[in-house]
Amino acid sequence: MTNSTGRVAGPEKYFQPEIEKMERSELEALQLARLKTTVARCYENIPFYRETFDEAGLAPTDIQTLDDLRKLPFTTKQDMRDSYPFDLFTLPVDDGRVQRLHASSGTTGNATVVGYTQNDIDAWGDTFARAIAQVGGDEHSILQVAYGYGLFTGGLGAHEGGIRIHSTILPMSSGNTKRQVQMMHDFGVDILACTPSYALLIADTAIEMGFDPANDFKVSGAICGAEPCSEGMRRDIERKLGVKMVDIYGLSEVMGPGVSCECRHQSGLHVAEDHFIIEILDPDTLEPVPDGEYGEVIFTTLSKECSPLIRYRTRDISRIVVGTCACGRTLRRMDRIQGRTDDMLIIRGVNVFPSQFQEVLANFEEVTSYYQIILSNKGPLDHVTLKVETVPAFDFDEIRRIEDLQKRINAELKSNLQVSVEVMVVEPKSIERSEGKARRVIDERDKD
Amino acid sequence: MIDQITVFLENEKGRLAALCRALGDADVSMHALTVADTAQYGVARIIADTPAKAYEALNEKGFRASLTKVFAVEIPDHAGGLATLLEAFDAAGVNVEYAYCFATEGGKAVDVLRIDNHEVAEGIITSAGFRVIRPTELYA
Repeated sequence: MTNSTGRVAGPEKYFQPEIEKMERSELEALQLARLKTTVARCYENIPFYRETFDEAGLAPTDIQTLDDLRKLPFTTKQDMRDSYPFDLFTLPVDDGRVQRLHASSGTTGNATVVGYTQNDIDAWGDTFARAIAQVGGDEHSILQVAYGYGLFTGGLGAHEGGIRIHSTILPMSSGNTKRQVQMMHDFGVDILACTPSYALLIADTAIEMGFDPANDFKVSGAICGAEPCSEGMRRDIERKLGVKMVDIYGLSEVMGPGVSCECRHQSGLHVAEDHFIIEILDPDTLEPVPDGEYGEVIFTTLSKECSPLIRYRTRDISRIVVGTCACGRTLRRMDRIQGRTDDMLIIRGVNVFPSQFQEVLANFEEVTSYYQIILSNKGPLDHVTLKVETVPAFDFDEIRRIEDLQKRINAELKSNLQVSVEVMVVEPKSIERSEGKARRVIDERDKD
Repeated sequence: MIDQITVFLENEKGRLAALCRALGDADVSMHALTVADTAQYGVARIIADTPAKAYEALNEKGFRASLTKVFAVEIPDHAGGLATLLEAFDAAGVNVEYAYCFATEGGKAVDVLRIDNHEVAEGIITSAGFRVIRPTELYA
Protein backbone atom coordinates (compact mmCIF):
# COMPACT_ATOMS: atom_id res chain seq x y z
CA MET A 1 0.00 0.00 0.00
CA THR A 2 1.42 3.38 -0.92
CA ASN A 3 1.10 5.88 1.79
CA SER A 4 1.16 9.56 2.37
CA THR A 5 -0.10 11.44 5.37
CA GLY A 6 -3.68 10.47 5.97
CA ARG A 7 -4.99 7.44 4.14
CA VAL A 8 -8.59 8.58 4.54
CA ALA A 9 -9.83 8.97 1.00
CA GLY A 10 -13.04 8.50 -0.90
CA PRO A 11 -16.40 10.09 -0.25
CA GLU A 12 -17.17 11.94 2.98
CA LYS A 13 -18.66 9.63 5.62
CA TYR A 14 -21.32 10.59 8.13
CA PHE A 15 -22.72 8.60 11.02
CA GLN A 16 -25.92 10.67 11.33
CA PRO A 17 -26.15 12.77 8.15
CA GLU A 18 -29.75 13.75 8.93
CA ILE A 19 -28.44 15.63 11.96
CA GLU A 20 -24.93 16.52 10.89
CA LYS A 21 -26.20 18.21 7.70
CA MET A 22 -29.51 19.50 9.06
CA GLU A 23 -30.77 22.89 7.86
CA ARG A 24 -29.86 25.52 10.45
CA SER A 25 -33.47 26.60 10.94
CA GLU A 26 -34.50 23.04 11.59
CA LEU A 27 -31.56 22.51 13.94
CA GLU A 28 -32.36 25.66 15.88
CA ALA A 29 -35.97 24.57 16.28
CA LEU A 30 -34.71 21.25 17.64
CA GLN A 31 -32.35 23.09 19.99
CA LEU A 32 -35.13 25.33 21.31
CA ALA A 33 -37.47 22.43 21.95
CA ARG A 34 -34.77 20.53 23.78
CA LEU A 35 -33.65 23.60 25.71
CA LYS A 36 -37.17 24.15 27.04
CA THR A 37 -37.35 20.52 28.15
CA THR A 38 -33.94 20.72 29.81
CA VAL A 39 -34.69 23.94 31.66
CA ALA A 40 -37.99 22.58 32.95
CA ARG A 41 -36.35 19.34 33.99
CA CYS A 42 -33.60 21.19 35.87
CA TYR A 43 -36.08 23.49 37.61
CA GLU A 44 -38.36 20.68 38.68
CA ASN A 45 -35.73 18.20 39.83
CA ILE A 46 -32.60 20.03 40.97
CA PRO A 47 -32.84 22.33 44.00
CA PHE A 48 -29.69 24.18 42.93
CA TYR A 49 -31.30 25.28 39.68
CA ARG A 50 -34.65 26.06 41.32
CA GLU A 51 -32.83 28.37 43.74
CA THR A 52 -30.71 30.13 41.13
CA PHE A 53 -33.72 30.58 38.83
CA ASP A 54 -35.85 31.91 41.66
CA GLU A 55 -33.08 34.30 42.70
CA ALA A 56 -32.91 35.59 39.13
CA GLY A 57 -36.70 35.86 39.04
CA LEU A 58 -36.95 33.38 36.20
CA ALA A 59 -39.43 30.65 35.44
CA PRO A 60 -38.81 27.87 32.87
CA THR A 61 -41.58 29.37 30.75
CA ASP A 62 -39.50 32.52 30.28
CA ILE A 63 -37.42 30.58 27.75
CA GLN A 64 -39.20 31.21 24.46
CA THR A 65 -36.31 31.73 22.06
CA LEU A 66 -32.71 30.53 21.89
CA ASP A 67 -31.59 34.06 22.80
CA ASP A 68 -33.48 33.73 26.09
CA LEU A 69 -30.71 31.34 27.13
CA ARG A 70 -28.72 34.43 28.03
CA LYS A 71 -31.12 35.22 30.85
CA LEU A 72 -30.16 32.01 32.65
CA PRO A 73 -27.58 31.87 35.43
CA PHE A 74 -24.23 30.10 34.95
CA THR A 75 -23.05 26.85 36.46
CA THR A 76 -19.42 26.65 37.58
CA LYS A 77 -17.05 23.85 38.46
CA GLN A 78 -17.35 24.99 42.08
CA ASP A 79 -21.14 24.57 41.90
CA MET A 80 -20.53 21.00 40.78
CA ARG A 81 -18.07 20.37 43.60
CA ASP A 82 -20.48 21.85 46.12
CA SER A 83 -23.13 19.45 44.84
CA TYR A 84 -20.95 16.42 45.54
CA PRO A 85 -21.82 13.73 44.94
CA PHE A 86 -25.34 13.61 43.43
CA ASP A 87 -27.03 16.94 44.10
CA LEU A 88 -27.03 17.96 40.43
CA PHE A 89 -28.72 14.74 39.31
CA THR A 90 -32.32 14.91 38.11
CA LEU A 91 -32.84 11.34 39.30
CA PRO A 92 -32.13 9.53 42.56
CA VAL A 93 -28.95 7.53 41.97
CA ASP A 94 -30.74 4.30 42.95
CA ASP A 95 -33.75 5.03 40.75
CA GLY A 96 -32.84 2.23 38.36
CA ARG A 97 -32.21 4.45 35.39
CA VAL A 98 -28.77 5.78 36.33
CA GLN A 99 -26.55 3.36 34.45
CA ARG A 100 -23.12 4.76 35.11
CA LEU A 101 -21.09 7.30 37.06
CA HIS A 102 -17.96 9.13 35.92
CA ALA A 103 -15.95 11.53 38.03
CA SER A 104 -13.07 13.93 37.62
CA SER A 105 -9.89 13.34 39.59
CA GLY A 106 -10.76 15.89 42.26
CA THR A 107 -7.15 16.69 43.12
CA THR A 108 -8.07 20.26 44.03
CA GLY A 109 -11.29 19.65 45.93
CA ASN A 110 -14.30 17.39 45.72
CA ALA A 111 -14.54 15.39 42.52
CA THR A 112 -17.20 16.43 40.02
CA VAL A 113 -19.55 13.50 39.56
CA VAL A 114 -21.70 12.96 36.48
CA GLY A 115 -24.39 10.32 36.03
CA TYR A 116 -25.60 8.80 32.76
CA THR A 117 -28.85 7.11 31.84
CA GLN A 118 -28.84 4.64 28.96
CA ASN A 119 -30.10 7.43 26.68
CA ASP A 120 -27.23 9.63 27.86
CA ILE A 121 -24.72 6.89 27.11
CA ASP A 122 -26.26 6.29 23.68
CA ALA A 123 -26.18 9.99 22.78
CA TRP A 124 -22.57 10.16 23.92
CA GLY A 125 -21.73 7.11 21.83
CA ASP A 126 -23.43 8.73 18.82
CA THR A 127 -21.25 11.81 19.07
CA PHE A 128 -18.07 9.71 19.27
CA ALA A 129 -19.33 7.52 16.42
CA ARG A 130 -19.48 10.65 14.26
CA ALA A 131 -15.76 11.08 14.92
CA ILE A 132 -15.12 7.49 13.90
CA ALA A 133 -16.94 8.13 10.60
CA GLN A 134 -14.96 11.32 10.15
CA VAL A 135 -11.74 9.31 9.88
CA GLY A 136 -13.40 6.83 7.54
CA GLY A 137 -14.48 4.24 10.09
CA ASP A 138 -17.62 2.08 10.03
CA GLU A 139 -18.87 -1.35 11.07
CA HIS A 140 -15.97 -2.97 9.20
CA SER A 141 -13.29 -1.11 11.17
CA ILE A 142 -11.23 -2.26 14.14
CA LEU A 143 -11.06 0.48 16.77
CA GLN A 144 -8.19 0.40 19.27
CA VAL A 145 -9.14 2.34 22.37
CA ALA A 146 -5.93 3.35 24.16
CA TYR A 147 -7.51 5.99 26.36
CA GLY A 148 -7.62 4.97 29.99
CA TYR A 149 -10.78 3.10 30.98
CA GLY A 150 -12.29 4.02 34.30
CA LEU A 151 -13.72 7.11 35.90
CA PHE A 152 -11.96 9.15 33.19
CA THR A 153 -14.39 9.52 30.29
CA GLY A 154 -11.86 8.91 27.48
CA GLY A 155 -11.82 5.11 27.39
CA LEU A 156 -15.50 4.37 27.79
CA GLY A 157 -16.54 7.33 25.62
CA ALA A 158 -14.55 5.99 22.69
CA HIS A 159 -15.82 2.51 23.52
CA GLU A 160 -19.47 3.64 23.30
CA GLY A 161 -18.71 5.27 19.95
CA GLY A 162 -17.43 1.96 18.69
CA ILE A 163 -20.59 0.23 19.94
CA ARG A 164 -22.91 2.71 18.22
CA ILE A 165 -21.19 2.46 14.84
CA HIS A 166 -20.69 -1.31 15.26
CA SER A 167 -16.91 -1.21 14.90
CA THR A 168 -14.88 -4.06 16.34
CA ILE A 169 -13.52 -2.67 19.60
CA LEU A 170 -10.09 -3.47 20.98
CA PRO A 171 -10.35 -2.16 24.56
CA MET A 172 -6.65 -1.78 25.37
CA SER A 173 -6.91 1.10 27.84
CA SER A 174 -3.61 2.97 28.23
CA GLY A 175 -0.26 1.42 29.11
CA ASN A 176 1.73 -1.60 28.01
CA THR A 177 2.79 0.24 24.90
CA LYS A 178 4.70 -2.56 23.21
CA ARG A 179 1.64 -4.77 23.36
CA GLN A 180 -0.43 -1.91 21.96
CA VAL A 181 1.94 -1.78 18.99
CA GLN A 182 2.05 -5.52 18.51
CA MET A 183 -1.73 -5.88 18.48
CA MET A 184 -2.19 -2.83 16.29
CA HIS A 185 0.04 -4.57 13.79
CA ASP A 186 -1.15 -8.16 14.18
CA PHE A 187 -4.89 -7.39 14.27
CA GLY A 188 -4.81 -4.85 11.45
CA VAL A 189 -6.28 -2.05 13.54
CA ASP A 190 -7.91 0.71 11.44
CA ILE A 191 -8.46 3.48 13.96
CA LEU A 192 -6.61 4.49 17.12
CA ALA A 193 -8.29 6.54 19.83
CA CYS A 194 -6.07 7.97 22.60
CA THR A 195 -4.44 11.17 23.83
CA PRO A 196 -2.12 12.80 21.27
CA SER A 197 0.93 12.33 23.48
CA TYR A 198 0.13 8.64 23.79
CA ALA A 199 -0.39 8.34 20.02
CA LEU A 200 3.09 9.76 19.60
CA LEU A 201 4.54 7.38 22.18
CA ILE A 202 2.87 4.43 20.42
CA ALA A 203 4.31 5.63 17.09
CA ASP A 204 7.80 6.07 18.53
CA THR A 205 7.64 2.71 20.27
CA ALA A 206 6.58 1.02 17.03
CA ILE A 207 9.52 2.58 15.23
CA GLU A 208 11.90 1.52 18.03
CA MET A 209 10.52 -2.01 17.75
CA GLY A 210 11.65 -2.00 14.13
CA PHE A 211 8.30 -1.31 12.46
CA ASP A 212 7.54 1.37 9.92
CA PRO A 213 3.93 1.89 10.99
CA ALA A 214 3.23 4.41 8.24
CA ASN A 215 3.75 1.67 5.69
CA ASP A 216 3.55 -1.63 7.57
CA PHE A 217 0.37 -0.97 9.56
CA LYS A 218 -3.20 -0.85 8.30
CA VAL A 219 -4.12 1.94 10.72
CA SER A 220 -5.49 4.92 8.80
CA GLY A 221 -7.20 7.17 11.33
CA ALA A 222 -6.53 8.54 14.81
CA ILE A 223 -9.01 10.28 17.08
CA CYS A 224 -7.05 12.18 19.69
CA GLY A 225 -8.18 14.41 22.52
CA ALA A 226 -8.11 15.17 26.25
CA GLU A 227 -5.01 17.36 25.96
CA PRO A 228 -3.71 20.09 23.65
CA CYS A 229 -2.12 19.04 20.37
CA SER A 230 -0.19 21.49 18.22
CA GLU A 231 -0.18 21.32 14.43
CA GLY A 232 3.43 20.13 14.63
CA MET A 233 2.52 17.29 16.95
CA ARG A 234 -0.40 16.37 14.70
CA ARG A 235 1.88 16.26 11.65
CA ASP A 236 4.31 14.11 13.62
CA ILE A 237 1.59 11.61 14.56
CA GLU A 238 0.18 11.58 11.02
CA ARG A 239 3.58 11.08 9.40
CA LYS A 240 4.85 8.42 11.80
CA LEU A 241 1.66 6.34 11.89
CA GLY A 242 0.44 7.12 8.37
CA VAL A 243 -2.94 8.31 9.61
CA LYS A 244 -5.37 11.17 9.38
CA MET A 245 -5.64 12.54 12.90
CA VAL A 246 -8.70 14.41 14.07
CA ASP A 247 -8.85 16.37 17.28
CA ILE A 248 -11.78 15.51 19.54
CA TYR A 249 -12.95 17.64 22.44
CA GLY A 250 -15.05 16.99 25.46
CA LEU A 251 -15.08 17.34 29.18
CA SER A 252 -16.42 14.96 31.74
CA GLU A 253 -18.68 17.56 33.35
CA VAL A 254 -20.53 18.07 30.06
CA MET A 255 -20.31 14.49 28.76
CA GLY A 256 -16.87 13.29 27.70
CA PRO A 257 -15.09 13.18 24.33
CA GLY A 258 -17.44 13.96 21.44
CA VAL A 259 -18.82 17.34 22.48
CA SER A 260 -17.03 18.52 19.36
CA CYS A 261 -14.72 16.90 16.83
CA GLU A 262 -12.84 17.82 13.69
CA CYS A 263 -13.84 16.36 10.37
CA ARG A 264 -11.12 15.23 7.98
CA HIS A 265 -10.74 18.79 6.69
CA GLN A 266 -9.16 19.62 10.07
CA SER A 267 -10.41 23.18 10.11
CA GLY A 268 -12.24 23.42 13.41
CA LEU A 269 -14.23 21.04 15.58
CA HIS A 270 -17.90 20.55 14.67
CA VAL A 271 -19.94 20.94 17.83
CA ALA A 272 -22.64 18.32 18.43
CA GLU A 273 -25.21 21.12 18.43
CA ASP A 274 -28.13 18.71 18.61
CA HIS A 275 -26.92 17.85 22.12
CA PHE A 276 -25.19 21.07 23.23
CA ILE A 277 -25.49 24.81 22.79
CA ILE A 278 -22.14 26.54 22.64
CA GLU A 279 -21.59 30.15 23.67
CA ILE A 280 -18.30 32.07 23.59
CA LEU A 281 -18.20 34.80 26.23
CA ASP A 282 -15.72 37.36 27.40
CA PRO A 283 -14.53 35.75 30.67
CA ASP A 284 -14.50 39.10 32.47
CA THR A 285 -17.76 40.69 31.34
CA LEU A 286 -19.54 37.39 30.54
CA GLU A 287 -20.96 39.07 27.46
CA PRO A 288 -20.87 37.26 24.10
CA VAL A 289 -17.92 37.99 21.83
CA PRO A 290 -18.39 38.23 18.05
CA ASP A 291 -17.89 35.02 16.07
CA GLY A 292 -14.20 34.52 15.36
CA GLU A 293 -13.02 36.13 18.59
CA TYR A 294 -11.61 34.18 21.49
CA GLY A 295 -13.43 33.84 24.77
CA GLU A 296 -14.51 31.32 27.39
CA VAL A 297 -16.49 28.37 26.07
CA ILE A 298 -19.89 27.84 27.75
CA PHE A 299 -22.03 24.75 27.16
CA THR A 300 -25.66 24.03 27.86
CA THR A 301 -26.68 20.40 27.49
CA LEU A 302 -29.83 19.71 25.49
CA SER A 303 -30.47 16.00 25.77
CA LYS A 304 -28.86 14.83 28.97
CA GLU A 305 -31.28 13.18 31.34
CA CYS A 306 -29.32 12.50 34.49
CA SER A 307 -26.82 15.37 34.72
CA PRO A 308 -27.96 18.31 32.59
CA LEU A 309 -25.99 21.53 32.85
CA ILE A 310 -27.13 25.04 32.13
CA ARG A 311 -24.53 27.49 30.89
CA TYR A 312 -21.55 25.58 32.25
CA ARG A 313 -18.39 27.66 32.35
CA THR A 314 -15.69 25.35 31.01
CA ARG A 315 -12.73 27.72 31.62
CA ASP A 316 -11.55 26.65 28.15
CA ILE A 317 -10.61 29.38 25.71
CA SER A 318 -11.65 29.03 22.08
CA ARG A 319 -13.63 30.76 19.36
CA ILE A 320 -16.22 30.03 16.72
CA VAL A 321 -14.75 29.25 13.30
CA VAL A 322 -16.59 31.46 10.85
CA GLY A 323 -17.88 30.18 7.52
CA THR A 324 -19.03 26.85 6.18
CA CYS A 325 -17.00 23.64 6.12
CA ALA A 326 -16.10 21.73 2.96
CA CYS A 327 -17.44 18.51 4.55
CA GLY A 328 -21.05 19.65 4.21
CA ARG A 329 -21.82 19.53 7.92
CA THR A 330 -23.95 22.43 9.10
CA LEU A 331 -22.88 21.97 12.72
CA ARG A 332 -20.86 25.03 13.67
CA ARG A 333 -17.18 24.66 14.42
CA MET A 334 -15.17 25.76 17.42
CA ASP A 335 -11.43 26.25 17.16
CA ARG A 336 -8.99 24.05 19.01
CA ILE A 337 -8.68 24.99 22.65
CA GLN A 338 -6.21 27.81 23.01
CA GLY A 339 -5.76 27.13 26.68
CA ARG A 340 -7.63 26.85 29.92
CA THR A 341 -8.28 29.87 32.02
CA ASP A 342 -6.97 27.59 34.84
CA ASP A 343 -3.88 26.44 32.89
CA MET A 344 -3.01 29.92 31.86
CA LEU A 345 0.43 30.71 33.15
CA ILE A 346 1.10 34.20 34.35
CA ILE A 347 4.80 34.74 33.78
CA ARG A 348 6.11 38.13 34.80
CA GLY A 349 2.61 39.44 34.37
CA VAL A 350 2.22 38.03 30.84
CA ASN A 351 -0.57 35.55 30.12
CA VAL A 352 0.84 32.48 28.41
CA PHE A 353 -0.62 29.09 27.53
CA PRO A 354 1.57 25.95 27.39
CA SER A 355 0.16 25.31 23.91
CA GLN A 356 1.95 28.43 22.69
CA PHE A 357 5.32 26.90 23.58
CA GLN A 358 4.30 23.82 21.64
CA GLU A 359 3.35 25.86 18.57
CA VAL A 360 6.74 27.58 18.55
CA LEU A 361 8.69 24.33 18.99
CA ALA A 362 6.75 22.73 16.13
CA ASN A 363 8.67 25.01 13.77
CA PHE A 364 12.05 23.62 14.82
CA GLU A 365 12.86 20.36 13.12
CA GLU A 366 15.94 19.99 15.33
CA VAL A 367 13.82 19.15 18.40
CA THR A 368 11.32 16.41 19.23
CA SER A 369 7.68 17.00 20.21
CA TYR A 370 8.44 16.37 23.87
CA TYR A 371 9.00 19.41 26.04
CA GLN A 372 8.63 20.56 29.61
CA ILE A 373 8.22 24.03 31.09
CA ILE A 374 9.69 24.67 34.53
CA LEU A 375 8.74 27.84 36.37
CA SER A 376 10.89 28.94 39.28
CA ASN A 377 11.86 32.02 41.24
CA LYS A 378 15.26 33.45 40.48
CA GLY A 379 15.50 36.61 42.51
CA PRO A 380 12.35 38.68 42.32
CA LEU A 381 11.46 37.57 38.78
CA ASP A 382 9.81 34.43 37.46
CA HIS A 383 12.29 32.23 35.67
CA VAL A 384 11.20 29.97 32.83
CA THR A 385 13.22 26.95 31.76
CA LEU A 386 12.10 25.06 28.69
CA LYS A 387 13.50 21.55 28.35
CA VAL A 388 13.77 20.17 24.84
CA GLU A 389 15.31 17.07 23.30
CA THR A 390 17.09 17.12 19.97
CA VAL A 391 16.25 14.66 17.20
CA PRO A 392 18.79 11.92 16.40
CA ALA A 393 19.76 13.65 13.14
CA PHE A 394 20.87 16.80 14.95
CA ASP A 395 24.66 17.21 14.90
CA PHE A 396 25.65 18.28 18.40
CA ASP A 397 29.39 17.62 18.02
CA GLU A 398 30.01 21.34 17.75
CA ILE A 399 28.78 23.13 20.84
CA ARG A 400 28.07 26.27 18.87
CA ARG A 401 25.33 24.40 17.00
CA ILE A 402 23.59 23.60 20.28
CA GLU A 403 24.04 27.18 21.42
CA ASP A 404 22.78 28.48 18.11
CA LEU A 405 19.66 26.29 18.38
CA GLN A 406 19.04 27.53 21.92
CA LYS A 407 19.37 31.12 20.76
CA ARG A 408 17.00 30.69 17.83
CA ILE A 409 14.32 28.98 19.95
CA ASN A 410 14.73 31.64 22.59
CA ALA A 411 14.34 34.46 20.04
CA GLU A 412 11.26 32.85 18.55
CA LEU A 413 9.65 32.39 21.99
CA LYS A 414 10.52 35.94 22.93
CA SER A 415 8.88 37.37 19.83
CA ASN A 416 5.79 35.12 20.09
CA LEU A 417 5.22 35.08 23.83
CA GLN A 418 6.96 38.24 25.03
CA VAL A 419 8.66 36.08 27.62
CA SER A 420 12.36 35.35 27.98
CA VAL A 421 13.01 31.64 28.34
CA GLU A 422 16.10 29.64 29.20
CA VAL A 423 16.14 26.86 26.63
CA MET A 424 17.76 23.73 27.98
CA VAL A 425 18.77 20.89 25.71
CA VAL A 426 18.50 17.61 27.61
CA GLU A 427 19.42 14.00 26.91
CA PRO A 428 17.10 11.84 24.81
CA LYS A 429 14.08 10.45 26.63
CA SER A 430 14.84 12.38 29.79
CA ILE A 431 11.55 14.27 29.40
CA GLU A 432 8.76 12.20 30.89
CA ARG A 433 6.78 10.18 28.32
CA SER A 434 3.16 9.83 29.14
CA GLU A 435 0.50 7.21 28.82
CA GLY A 436 -2.23 9.68 29.62
CA LYS A 437 -2.14 13.40 30.00
CA ALA A 438 1.44 14.64 29.76
CA ARG A 439 2.75 16.84 32.56
CA ARG A 440 4.08 19.74 30.54
CA VAL A 441 4.37 22.36 33.24
CA ILE A 442 6.17 22.17 36.57
CA ASP A 443 5.58 25.23 38.69
CA GLU A 444 8.20 25.51 41.43
CA ARG A 445 7.47 29.14 42.19
CA ASP A 446 6.78 30.15 45.79
CA LYS A 447 3.09 30.50 46.34
CA ASP A 448 1.99 33.34 48.53
CA MET B 1 40.26 10.03 9.01
CA ILE B 2 39.03 8.39 12.15
CA ASP B 3 35.68 8.09 13.90
CA GLN B 4 35.32 10.05 17.09
CA ILE B 5 32.41 9.18 19.40
CA THR B 6 30.61 12.29 20.58
CA VAL B 7 28.21 12.02 23.52
CA PHE B 8 25.78 14.64 24.77
CA LEU B 9 25.69 14.62 28.58
CA GLU B 10 23.48 16.50 30.96
CA ASN B 11 25.30 18.17 33.84
CA GLU B 12 24.12 15.60 36.27
CA LYS B 13 26.01 13.72 38.96
CA GLY B 14 27.40 10.42 37.76
CA ARG B 15 26.67 10.80 34.04
CA LEU B 16 30.32 10.68 32.99
CA ALA B 17 30.93 7.68 35.22
CA ALA B 18 27.91 5.95 33.71
CA LEU B 19 29.24 6.70 30.23
CA CYS B 20 32.65 5.20 31.03
CA ARG B 21 31.04 2.20 32.69
CA ALA B 22 28.89 1.58 29.62
CA LEU B 23 32.00 1.59 27.45
CA GLY B 24 33.86 -0.63 29.91
CA ASP B 25 31.02 -3.13 29.98
CA ALA B 26 31.07 -3.23 26.19
CA ASP B 27 34.81 -3.97 26.35
CA VAL B 28 35.70 -0.73 24.57
CA SER B 29 39.09 0.77 25.39
CA MET B 30 39.51 4.53 25.20
CA HIS B 31 42.59 6.25 23.77
CA ALA B 32 41.41 9.73 24.58
CA LEU B 33 38.53 11.48 26.35
CA THR B 34 37.87 15.18 26.46
CA VAL B 35 34.79 16.95 27.83
CA ALA B 36 33.69 20.37 26.70
CA ASP B 37 31.33 21.67 29.36
CA THR B 38 28.80 24.47 29.67
CA ALA B 39 26.60 25.37 32.61
CA GLN B 40 23.82 23.08 31.41
CA TYR B 41 25.46 20.20 29.64
CA GLY B 42 28.72 18.70 28.43
CA VAL B 43 29.86 17.16 25.18
CA ALA B 44 32.24 14.24 25.62
CA ARG B 45 34.54 13.40 22.71
CA ILE B 46 36.13 9.99 22.72
CA ILE B 47 38.70 8.18 20.61
CA ALA B 48 38.34 4.44 21.14
CA ASP B 49 39.70 1.20 19.74
CA THR B 50 36.28 0.10 18.46
CA PRO B 51 34.20 3.18 17.64
CA ALA B 52 31.32 1.37 15.93
CA LYS B 53 30.87 -0.96 18.91
CA ALA B 54 31.14 1.97 21.30
CA TYR B 55 28.50 3.90 19.37
CA GLU B 56 26.13 0.97 19.40
CA ALA B 57 26.65 0.21 23.09
CA LEU B 58 26.05 3.82 24.10
CA ASN B 59 22.88 4.26 22.10
CA GLU B 60 21.58 1.01 23.46
CA LYS B 61 22.13 2.35 26.98
CA GLY B 62 20.11 5.47 26.10
CA PHE B 63 23.01 7.86 25.58
CA ARG B 64 22.82 10.43 22.85
CA ALA B 65 25.96 9.36 20.94
CA SER B 66 27.07 10.06 17.40
CA LEU B 67 30.11 9.38 15.24
CA THR B 68 32.09 12.29 13.82
CA LYS B 69 34.91 12.12 11.26
CA VAL B 70 38.04 13.82 12.62
CA PHE B 71 41.70 13.99 11.63
CA ALA B 72 44.32 12.35 13.83
CA VAL B 73 47.73 13.83 13.04
CA GLU B 74 51.07 12.67 14.36
CA ILE B 75 52.91 15.60 15.94
CA PRO B 76 56.69 15.58 16.49
CA ASP B 77 57.49 15.79 20.15
CA HIS B 78 59.33 19.13 20.29
CA ALA B 79 58.45 22.72 21.14
CA GLY B 80 56.36 24.43 18.46
CA GLY B 81 55.39 21.17 16.72
CA LEU B 82 51.64 21.76 16.87
CA ALA B 83 52.03 25.48 16.22
CA THR B 84 53.56 24.79 12.81
CA LEU B 85 50.56 22.67 11.82
CA LEU B 86 47.97 25.17 13.03
CA GLU B 87 49.80 28.03 11.28
CA ALA B 88 49.50 26.11 8.04
CA PHE B 89 45.69 25.99 8.47
CA ASP B 90 45.63 29.62 9.41
CA ALA B 91 47.66 30.60 6.34
CA ALA B 92 45.22 28.66 4.13
CA GLY B 93 42.23 30.34 5.82
CA VAL B 94 40.87 26.98 7.05
CA ASN B 95 38.97 26.99 10.30
CA VAL B 96 39.66 24.36 12.98
CA GLU B 97 36.49 23.70 15.01
CA TYR B 98 38.33 22.14 17.93
CA ALA B 99 41.47 20.19 18.73
CA TYR B 100 42.89 18.03 21.52
CA CYS B 101 45.89 15.76 22.02
CA PHE B 102 46.66 12.29 23.28
CA ALA B 103 49.63 9.92 23.22
CA THR B 104 49.67 6.47 21.64
CA GLU B 105 51.08 3.34 23.22
CA GLY B 106 54.21 3.83 21.15
CA GLY B 107 54.75 7.23 22.80
CA LYS B 108 53.74 9.27 19.76
CA ALA B 109 51.88 12.53 20.27
CA VAL B 110 48.63 12.65 18.30
CA ASP B 111 46.51 15.73 17.71
CA VAL B 112 42.81 15.33 16.92
CA LEU B 113 41.30 18.06 14.75
CA ARG B 114 37.79 18.67 13.53
CA ILE B 115 37.88 20.45 10.19
CA ASP B 116 34.88 20.46 7.90
CA ASN B 117 36.57 20.66 4.52
CA HIS B 118 38.18 17.21 4.53
CA GLU B 119 39.99 17.26 1.19
CA VAL B 120 41.53 20.68 1.60
CA ALA B 121 42.57 19.85 5.17
CA GLU B 122 44.29 16.61 4.19
CA GLY B 123 46.31 18.52 1.56
CA ILE B 124 47.39 21.15 4.06
CA ILE B 125 48.45 18.58 6.64
CA THR B 126 50.53 16.64 4.14
CA SER B 127 52.18 19.63 2.49
CA ALA B 128 53.09 21.04 5.91
CA GLY B 129 55.06 17.82 6.41
CA PHE B 130 52.75 16.06 8.85
CA ARG B 131 51.34 12.54 8.69
CA VAL B 132 47.64 11.67 9.03
CA ILE B 133 47.19 8.59 11.18
CA ARG B 134 45.08 5.83 9.56
CA PRO B 135 42.24 4.12 11.39
CA THR B 136 44.16 0.82 11.37
CA GLU B 137 46.83 2.34 13.58
CA LEU B 138 44.30 3.14 16.31
CA TYR B 139 41.56 0.56 16.03
CA ALA B 140 41.74 -2.85 17.60
